[in-house]
Amino acid sequence: MSIRERLSGNEAAAIAMKQINPDVVAAFPITPSTEIPQYFSTFVNNGEVNTEFVAVESEHSAMAATIGAEAAGSRAMTATSANGLSLMWEMIYIASSLRLPIVMSLVNRAVSGPLNIHNDHSDAMGVRDAGWVMLFSENNQEAYDNLVMAHRIAEHKDVKLPLMVCQDGFITSHSIENIELIEDDKVKAFVGEYNPEQYLLNKENPIAVGPLDLQGYLFEHKTQQAEAMKNAKKVILEVAEEFEKMTGRKYSFFEEYKMEDADIAIVCMNSTAGTTKFVVDNLREKGVKAGLLKLRVFRPFPAEEIAKALENVKAVAVLDKSDSLNAAGGALFEDITSAMYVNKKQVPMVNYVYGIGGRDTKSDDIESVYNDLAEIVKTGEIDNPYRYLGLRK
Amino acid sequence: MNIDSTTPMNELTPGGDIYEAGNAREFKTGDWRSTKPVFISEKCKQCGLCFPVCPDDAIPVGKDQKRTDFDYDYCKGCGVCAKVCPFGAIEMQ
Amino acid sequence: MAYNLKQVVAEKPSRFTAGHRMCAGCGAPVVGRMVLRALKPEDHAVISCATGCMEVSTFIYPYTAWTDSFLHTAFECSAANASGVEAAYKALKRKGKIPEDQETKFIAFGGDGGTYDIGLQSLSGAMERGHDMVYVCYDNGAYMNTGIQRSSATPKFADTTTSPAGKVVPGKMQSRKDLANIMANHHIPYVAQTAAVNNFKDLYEKSEKAIYTKGAAFLNVLAPCPRGWGYNTEDLMQINKLAVETCYWPLFEVIDGKYVVNYKPKNKLPIEEFLKPQKRFKHMFKPGNEWMIEEFQKEVDRRWEELLNLEEITNRE
Repeated sequence: MSIRERLSGNEAAAIAMKQINPDVVAAFPITPSTEIPQYFSTFVNNGEVNTEFVAVESEHSAMAATIGAEAAGSRAMTATSANGLSLMWEMIYIASSLRLPIVMSLVNRAVSGPLNIHNDHSDAMGVRDAGWVMLFSENNQEAYDNLVMAHRIAEHKDVKLPLMVCQDGFITSHSIENIELIEDDKVKAFVGEYNPEQYLLNKENPIAVGPLDLQGYLFEHKTQQAEAMKNAKKVILEVAEEFEKMTGRKYSFFEEYKMEDADIAIVCMNSTAGTTKFVVDNLREKGVKAGLLKLRVFRPFPAEEIAKALENVKAVAVLDKSDSLNAAGGALFEDITSAMYVNKKQVPMVNYVYGIGGRDTKSDDIESVYNDLAEIVKTGEIDNPYRYLGLRK
Repeated sequence: MNIDSTTPMNELTPGGDIYEAGNAREFKTGDWRSTKPVFISEKCKQCGLCFPVCPDDAIPVGKDQKRTDFDYDYCKGCGVCAKVCPFGAIEMQ
Repeated sequence: MAYNLKQVVAEKPSRFTAGHRMCAGCGAPVVGRMVLRALKPEDHAVISCATGCMEVSTFIYPYTAWTDSFLHTAFECSAANASGVEAAYKALKRKGKIPEDQETKFIAFGGDGGTYDIGLQSLSGAMERGHDMVYVCYDNGAYMNTGIQRSSATPKFADTTTSPAGKVVPGKMQSRKDLANIMANHHIPYVAQTAAVNNFKDLYEKSEKAIYTKGAAFLNVLAPCPRGWGYNTEDLMQINKLAVETCYWPLFEVIDGKYVVNYKPKNKLPIEEFLKPQKRFKHMFKPGNEWMIEEFQKEVDRRWEELLNLEEITNRE
């Protein structure tokens, strides 16, 4: 029997970590993910896990220590947000290039500056090309479930890449919701033991990790990473299937909400999907064929699958909770338009940058996007595809 | 290690890990040398001053604590050994 | 057992092999290899190393010059990497995933750039947390790997590529940071400053103590750089000796807070002896620049006195 609880998103992440019982956790506090290492160090000091907790002096060292621990042959985890991830940036690339299946909770928050502690996705978007598997979570349940699935994906022999589970700072990290927890023993069995083939602490076969990798080799090593990211697609689906058997909860690359006959659709990630579902339901009652594609797996990017899911829609709005400041459009928008073009799907598309620095996105705002889409379907005109939602002009 | 810059991608170790610790011995640095130390064994008193100062581990020492001739595969010809030898048993040429 | 250099070298394997690509006559492999010789032959080590000369010359894919396990990631986090490995060791030992009789030691290397400067924070953190590890700084007094730029370990007046001896500014205008004392003030069990002098006895014995002292330990080792310092390559050991005999580089250790000055020269040599053979100080010997040598000497004297005082104060009953 699963366990019904009421937890915040941070608590849910910490509980998942407790059930996973990793060998090492190295973390540095930063709002809004601070509670994760707080809860976790309490588990450590109360003997509820037998993890080595390293209270590092910075996020750079959090990732450096996590890399050390994972390369040593142990299972290592961390958590951070925003500037913490920025400070890790150098090590984020190194973690994936060394093919270390580290798992991180990223509680999304605006990256400075100016300083802001509230939610947007600029932290995650800053590392989208870093070679990490990136899973997004609508609510605390998904943040928890994604973490339970994380090691199975990251540590798979065809993948061996680090993985981050994203959730929205404050909106889900600090909101208490109902959640269904899986029993400890089931999580333990599902996650399994980590037994890498090659690791630093193997006295019988010492290895060297992290070379100077010059012109003759780096290209191939990077492409090996690229291949691993492609392999991750298959593994993510396999793990999701097994997870569904255990819990009944279904996961894929994305969730299609009322998309079967949708004329207009929004694509978004994380908690905004919850608001959007509410709006879709209201519009459906009024006879508007609105749908939602909630992206869960942002890296690897399921380009072909997304193009297929959106092929019959008459207009699409992609919501980006981070501005790429590139005079062209947000990161998600660019990925999706490129996926559509390459897969020869011609659907009118617009981009809305929204929610920056924790700006509230209400159901009315989302409804206005669907209204805009209906207008585009009617007129066939998009004068400006790169738009803002909730911005004072 | 059978890896060089012609090895296909799928045969390279992932992440650039190396599984054969100490395999740099396969890489010879002797051709860097512009001057060459010559060991004059008759003058050598086996005092042991020269071998630990060699940056390139190019002075072999046996279990009997005695040095033998230079390992020119690695000697870069720095001359540090010749300078520390009190007996003139190493000449730079 | 009394220290016997010949025996140490003959009986203990080299754990830092030939085939590395450090410059001819470089001091760093000489001291690095001797530090590792202090390991018991049956013990395994995981070595982490900051980006720098030592790393980029010893681990060029697909070759490693280290016979132990080795990890390199970036410039500023050798200590943080090692602390993660050490934490994993504790966790895996506890879980029975590492054989009980396996003894693994953790040694982090960094040059003065990766230690005094960009890596100081992660070093401080790792030492404060008390990981059972040794951090070894091979101090060559500048960023040699990128082409001899000044560091906070560079001595005053040294001519480097970012503190050139110019017409208006005669080299680096700041004195060097005293890292060994900064580490001593972390109140860790063992800190030492050492150099390859006197048959390597000082270096070997301190390495052994540092490696086998439970908890965090720090070693600051002088590692002369013929290119960066501009002395004749073959003079490595003479330069080491002059650094110690002039008290530019005092040999001392701090054991549980008590200072021990390991060598007090009977005739402290004037600092010119150390400066003269090095091109980086050449401008100090031009007529009219005598004040620079005087000032340098004063600073060496002041620090030496301070060290002797620390020894006296910390050993009072």
